Amino acid sequence: MAFLEIQDLKKVYPAPNGKSVTVFEGVNFTVERGEFVCIIGHSGCGKTTILNVLAGLDTASSGVVVMDNREVAGPSLERGVVFQGHALMPWASVMKNIAFAVKSKWPQWNAIQTQTHCQKFIDLVGLTGAEHKKPAELSGGMKQRVGIARAFAIQPKMLLLDEPFGALDALTRGTIQDELLAIVQATHQTVFMITHDVDEAILLADKILLMSNGPRAAIAEIVENTMPRMRTRYDIHHDPQYYRIRNHLVDFLINRSKQVQSGAASRAAQPAAVRPGLAASGDAPARPAANVINLKH
Amino acid sequence: MSAGWIKSALLSLIFFGVLVGAWHLATLPKGERTAAADEYARLLGKGAKKSEGFPTPAQIGETIVKNLSDPFYDRGPNDKGIGIQLGHSLARVGLGYLLAILLAVPLGFVIGMSPLTYRALDPFIQVLRPVSPLAWMPIALYTIKDSSISGVFVIFICSVWPMLINTAYGVAAVRSDWLNVAKTLEVKPLRRAFQVILPAAAPTILTGMRISMGIAWLVIVAAEMLVGGTGIGYFVWNEWNNLNLANVIFAILTIGVVGMALDLAIGRLQKLVTYVE
Repeated sequence: MAFLEIQDLKKVYPAPNGKSVTVFEGVNFTVERGEFVCIIGHSGCGKTTILNVLAGLDTASSGVVVMDNREVAGPSLERGVVFQGHALMPWASVMKNIAFAVKSKWPQWNAIQTQTHCQKFIDLVGLTGAEHKKPAELSGGMKQRVGIARAFAIQPKMLLLDEPFGALDALTRGTIQDELLAIVQATHQTVFMITHDVDEAILLADKILLMSNGPRAAIAEIVENTMPRMRTRYDIHHDPQYYRIRNHLVDFLINRSKQVQSGAASRAAQPAAVRPGLAASGDAPARPAANVINLKH
Repeated sequence: MSAGWIKSALLSLIFFGVLVGAWHLATLPKGERTAAADEYARLLGKGAKKSEGFPTPAQIGETIVKNLSDPFYDRGPNDKGIGIQLGHSLARVGLGYLLAILLAVPLGFVIGMSPLTYRALDPFIQVLRPVSPLAWMPIALYTIKDSSISGVFVIFICSVWPMLINTAYGVAAVRSDWLNVAKTLEVKPLRRAFQVILPAAAPTILTGMRISMGIAWLVIVAAEMLVGGTGIGYFVWNEWNNLNLANVIFAILTIGVVGMALDLAIGRLQKLVTYVE
């Protein structure tokens, strides 16, 4: 049995006209221990709801989530969450924000133990020297780093990230992606992350879940990232696999995500796993794939 | 910054000078006191000590010095120093206000956390809140049978509403993000209340407390005029009965200065708990 199993998850919201809207249904996937999984899909397909169900902050209408052979029912310190809007407490310093989490996990620790532990994670995300600053004194990127440090500091079995870099500029995003990648590779952390950014997914994820459009969204395809795990932002685009995977993802988001939705009834219970990176070398796409996308937009 | 401060202080001084000057001119003795008029007045038995109309700024100055030079004297029930009178008023306000905090903040917490309780209590709050606190005075006097404690009760009842409403609002408006953080960290309810909800709602709660203090200080004067005995409100009424307008004006200034000091004190406290998002 996989570390995390999601079986037949479904979410129905009541609609204003008395009917109900099925946001997603028949969502099945697994995450192995130490795996980095990204989920991509258009807005409204229920990505955040899935993440909230995994976090225990929301409940599914039907279906089960099993982590480490135990059903997920409610929030738990075993799953750390990095929120989209960083969700730091503005009245507390960086240190106190992280200490709040650490004291929740290890209430028996004394002040020095807690502080040492917090400091380790503040250093890890490169915020040394900013321990006593309030969130309002930090830039967007630094705030999100605190959010990441807080989630890592409780050493959860699984980390859930809800589009953590969505609000950051491209340069900052790149730097924090590198840092996150380094920490995850060092700690073998299991991660489930929502993103809108195809490049981010290819850089970070071992497995990319593609969601069809809502309502009645589902996971249409699971793209396995066949590139070597020790990849960085600097060399990733030299790998011929990179453009094959990228084109596959972009093609899905622009064209196929709609088609899959309209044919929802005929979906298979388990989404197909594909390895676009390992396509025959003969049909390697032309390099200016990005331009093609821009024209279509 | 400092230049602007000096300018505004200078302008304040000019305003003050104009005000006092106009007052002085308006209260100058009118007409000449002729010997005949004095004689006439003596014949009518009014000559010795005559009310001299509205006090001049100089007289007010004298009154202020006289009152402040011996603020704590006590010569019987109708003649006490301003310090003693203020002390009584502040004690009543302090006690009523403290009782209001003890009730309003915890109750506001409960109301803010539970939409059901909020809806259930809302009609009561809406009906009772606009009632003038002095309207409670007969009920208080009848049930408590003590005029001093009735004053405390009136302060309590007028302070309770802004605190209650602001606490409930502040608690209900705590960002769901912070509550979700607490949930994912399995934070116990009591710790969540004190370490997440309280600091998040503190600025709103303090705003309510500041409004309450303002109202309480307004109401205490009226309440003490009504129940009598001691306090700054009673002092005003007593001096009116003595036709000592200089003391009345002095009392008005005192009420203003103390009210400002109370507001500043709570404002300081408010600044301490305010956070920038």
